[in-house]
Amino acid sequence: MNPIEIQTVQVQPETENYLSAAHTVRSWLLTTDHKRIGLLYLFSILIFFAVAAVAAALMRGELLRPHGAFLLNETYNKLFTLHGVLMVWFFLIPSIPAVLGNFVIPLMIGARDVAFPRLNLLSWHLFMLGGAFVLYSIIVGGVDTGWTFYTPFSSTYSNTHVILMAAGIFIAGFASILTGLNFIITIHTMRLSGMTWFRMPLFLWSMYSTSLILILATPVLAITLALMAMERIWHIGIFDPKLGGDPILFQHLFWFYSHPAVYIMILPGMGVVSELISCFSRKEIFGYAWVAMASVAIAVLGFLVWGHHMFVSSQSIYAGMVFSVLSYLVAVPSAIKVFNWTATLYRGSISFEAPMLYALSFIGLFTIGGLTGLFLAALAVDVHVTDTYFVVAHFHYIMVGGMVTGFMGGLHFWWPKITGRLYPEKLAQLAALIIFAGFNLTFFPQFIMGYLGMPRRYHNYAPEFQIYHILSTAGASILGIGYLLPLIYLVWSLRHGKIAGANPWKASGLEWETSSPPPVHNFDTPPQLPDKPYDYHPEADSE
Amino acid sequence: MSPFPFPNAATELAGKVDWLFLGLILISTFYMALIFGPMIYFLFKYRRGKKADRSSIRIHTWKVEVVWTVIPFLMMMGLFGWAADLYYQIERPPADALEAFVVGKQWMWKLQHAEGNREINELHLPLGQTIKLTMTSEDVIHSFFIPAFRIKQDVVPGRYVTEWFRPAKIGTYHLFCAEYCGSDHSLMGGNVIVMKPEDYAAWLVAGAPRDNLAAAGERLFRDLGCSGCHVGSSVMRAPRLEGVYGGPVPLASGDVAIADDQYIRDCILLPASQRVAGYSPLMPTFQGRVSEEQIIQLIAYIRSLASKRPPEEMNK
Repeated sequence: MNPIEIQTVQVQPETENYLSAAHTVRSWLLTTDHKRIGLLYLFSILIFFAVAAVAAALMRGELLRPHGAFLLNETYNKLFTLHGVLMVWFFLIPSIPAVLGNFVIPLMIGARDVAFPRLNLLSWHLFMLGGAFVLYSIIVGGVDTGWTFYTPFSSTYSNTHVILMAAGIFIAGFASILTGLNFIITIHTMRLSGMTWFRMPLFLWSMYSTSLILILATPVLAITLALMAMERIWHIGIFDPKLGGDPILFQHLFWFYSHPAVYIMILPGMGVVSELISCFSRKEIFGYAWVAMASVAIAVLGFLVWGHHMFVSSQSIYAGMVFSVLSYLVAVPSAIKVFNWTATLYRGSISFEAPMLYALSFIGLFTIGGLTGLFLAALAVDVHVTDTYFVVAHFHYIMVGGMVTGFMGGLHFWWPKITGRLYPEKLAQLAALIIFAGFNLTFFPQFIMGYLGMPRRYHNYAPEFQIYHILSTAGASILGIGYLLPLIYLVWSLRHGKIAGANPWKASGLEWETSSPPPVHNFDTPPQLPDKPYDYHPEADSE
Repeated sequence: MSPFPFPNAATELAGKVDWLFLGLILISTFYMALIFGPMIYFLFKYRRGKKADRSSIRIHTWKVEVVWTVIPFLMMMGLFGWAADLYYQIERPPADALEAFVVGKQWMWKLQHAEGNREINELHLPLGQTIKLTMTSEDVIHSFFIPAFRIKQDVVPGRYVTEWFRPAKIGTYHLFCAEYCGSDHSLMGGNVIVMKPEDYAAWLVAGAPRDNLAAAGERLFRDLGCSGCHVGSSVMRAPRLEGVYGGPVPLASGDVAIADDQYIRDCILLPASQRVAGYSPLMPTFQGRVSEEQIIQLIAYIRSLASKRPPEEMNK
């Protein structure tokens, strides 16, 4: 029999924690505390998210009518560019890694901080500098290339502030590299003695895989953008055929970064979901080693599939076949993860707090996103649906349905640890359901209109697609409400939420052994490593 | 034909793509049932507070893992094969095709038929005939997308790409640009009009082109002064062009090129890059002097010489 865990209600002593330690602006902007840096990132990415969300709202409003309601063609093009650039580089990529990862990685391994706290601070400053460039490029007139910056349009033909925006992304890339480097070294060298690789929480495996991608892929993006800028400024022929260049070369380089980057935007979500599913079903994760290795497999295979963005680009059809077969291989580790999460529920003791609702919603939406990936990897179908709304729907199911849902789940799960307060549970459950419903209404109709032939990045469209656009806009309105709710009640909870205590979820993991919010140096008493990761006992917790 | 009532499937291949799409929907439904079925069942059966057997599982989990690794793997390979085979058919034009030529520019499609008819943002086609399009762009990347035919091909500046189809249904279908190309990207499109062959023939005649494509190219060949060097037997300043098209060309670099559309285009615009063995680098570049449509006409002319031989050889 397993010994029944005795939960003692911990009375929170009024000791100093990382939030109360200092209150000056300087103490925040120059902090080297990983927890404060995590919060700096949280605050910054929410601002970028808000700007990008406004752009999305304007576009969805505009698309209610086939020939436009209130925007010029150029304005519409600038809006989808800014939506893509901000959401990808300034919200999704830093979301789980730089916010939640920064906050919980050292806590999860029983360390005082990350390996290089000052580099960590530099990373946030670079991120903000990059963000400032991008926001400035928007204020002075915007950019109309799309977030993909395809040449020769971006390098020769666009008359907008391409260089400014590319410079912002270039700079923010160094923030990604530094964060990735920091996490890899932290996980390698600073684990509590006894925490072997296969006793780490799965969130750390996913962060480790993500960090590998961050440091290996991001430099390629930097090089690509630099080459594009060289052609634009000095007319050095690299991509524009009129200057002797090759436009397809740009796509190879860009997707060599950007496909792995897609996995930067899903692996962390998978890591969070493994924690949540296990905690709220009081079950050890099913097939731990397989889930961990699946993260690594996805990271490695992710580097070998970039050409599946280019099946109709005029690359060789045999190259297309190789990229297609490799893309199907990535589906296997993704499927393994989903099967193992489902199997974890078996004989569990399941409860439905908001983080669990987000985790279940992640599994549902990621499954649909993943399965429609099979459609896009299918060469002959891709020829028809690439560059249509089918693709738009597919990657929103992965990035919003997957990653943003994972982020919301993780944020609710660790919110008591971060702030010391509980959020209002009923309201949070309601918000999770609204987001799930709004999301599906927004993006499911886009699969249909994509197959019917509605191209993406179209501001004028044929009237037969209008009904799907109306449904989509209606869904987006619901989704918007769903995202506003947490913003309101989470801020409310900072002052009025119930005191959380060290471990409100009775969760397993070192981060729950310290007080909430944690002290400046994380642990007042050395944490005790549990017998195994995910030390849960469904029988004992069945009531 | 297509298993779906809509969208319009106006070629045989479109129907095949729809069948593959249906196959994918069925496989996805199977997986969703496999995942969500047990998931929802577990959520009810094992919800906290409900009596249930929660004792540890006594099976070798690796066996389960292997099962749900190997079966998806095999299904994935099956899907790959089905889709790749169809893709090969879509990407390889048959030999007996009628030809038309497409030039994309910001923000319109310019089309030329071999008979010399020219159109903008419209493409008239005869029912039941295999059509092969040869396409290029004057500026940025565009993409020639006909949803009813389930085909799409990026149209890339600096190179020729092809797309083919055999219309099987009379009607008017959307033509879109599918690759983002700037301000009026969403207005860059028009119609593809599939007509009865006799109507198509009448349409060609009604257009009353002055020359067919090859004849227009021949006129251009003289106007641009190409004939000064490439025709005439006195000085061997430039290679003769009769019988060149489609065959091997020995290059000064020692390589051998095949004289296809792309090679001839490169010779006109970048004559120094692939110089024919035995000739001096005398030819000037025509970059900026000829449009993409004129290059297509010149190529059509040179292709019309493919089966001919230089007159002096005939005299021997």
